Amino acid sequence: MKKLWILFWTFAKIGAMTFGGGLTMLPLLTREIVEKKKWATEDELLDYYVIGQCTPGIIAVNTATFIGYYQAGIWGGIFATLGMVTPSVVIILTMAAVLQGFLSVAAVAYALTGIRAVVCALLANTVINLGKKSLVDGWCVAIFVVVLALCFLGDFGVIPPLSSVVIVIFAALLGILICKIKDRRAEK
Amino acid sequence: MTFLQLFYEFFKIGLFAVGGGPATIPFLSDLAASSYGWFNSAQLADMIAIAESTPGPIGINMATYAGYNAGYNVFGLAGGILGGIVATTALVLPSLIIIMIIANFLAKFSKNKTVRAVFYGLRPAVMALIASAVVGIMQIALFTDENGAFGVQYPLLIITVVLFLLMQIKKLKKLHPAFWLAIGAVMGIVLGFV
Repeated sequence: MKKLWILFWTFAKIGAMTFGGGLTMLPLLTREIVEKKKWATEDELLDYYVIGQCTPGIIAVNTATFIGYYQAGIWGGIFATLGMVTPSVVIILTMAAVLQGFLSVAAVAYALTGIRAVVCALLANTVINLGKKSLVDGWCVAIFVVVLALCFLGDFGVIPPLSSVVIVIFAALLGILICKIKDRRAEK
Repeated sequence: MTFLQLFYEFFKIGLFAVGGGPATIPFLSDLAASSYGWFNSAQLADMIAIAESTPGPIGINMATYAGYNAGYNVFGLAGGILGGIVATTALVLPSLIIIMIIANFLAKFSKNKTVRAVFYGLRPAVMALIASAVVGIMQIALFTDENGAFGVQYPLLIITVVLFLLMQIKKLKKLHPAFWLAIGAVMGIVLGFV
């Protein structure tokens, strides 16, 4: 029972500090889930993230559901998800009902701008650290470079932008192919 | 409007919006234009701005605010609060169920060779997707001016670079992201009033 409340509280903290989309949650997830609670490794976190991107629903919530489920079954999934979602609901409802003009307060707007800048730094930092851990061999680096190139080419309109799902399928097939090659080499 | 209708509409969004917060916006636009009269496009634009600025994932914030508006228009404050809760619960329910089914399946097949090969390929790909998305965020936050054209936001860029470098210092690596977020907020305020 205690585990459920710990799940709730941990994800509530994460939810309360996520400013923006699910991506901005990564530095917080890395710190709280991987480093502090050791509920997942960096690799597992990436796995949940990619599945969360390809399935319906909010990525942030999906990741919470995954981790909660693995920690404490169905109730774990529910408590973790509720944790992630509760700060949002409370803050938005409070704001809507009471603090209508919150965004027009100058200090708030300035603070948010500053937070946006920090989020960029935190994300860059997290991406580099996650990258170091997950790009374990030459094949991984190759896949990373290819997918990154595809993304940028899509962004600049050189090729039609590819949806994440297409890239995921492509990468999954590459993974199977490369592992087959590695197995063959190992057999020799 | 009934709360049942609200639940139904947001359950649908939760089921069909793949990829998170931004994916819900087309569905919400449809709702704004619909005969429900829960909220209009102007209110939707406000909701998006607020959802991006308040803590919490954007998609959740949007659902809560939209539900609040829908409930408030008909039943006042109490209706608004109930509406926010109903809409958010409805949004989250489909993925809650789907993810737990997938997680269960994954756990059973985690040792399977093909599954492991798939994730071997997926991990660097996801890293690339994330890296690309981060570049996109930086572009919008640091290199776009008020009109949407390319324009370096020097004060913000400096804050980002300085804080990033500070984060690399060994002794400071232990600091929780919350600390950096607070510093960013303060620096933003200082910059704003100077």
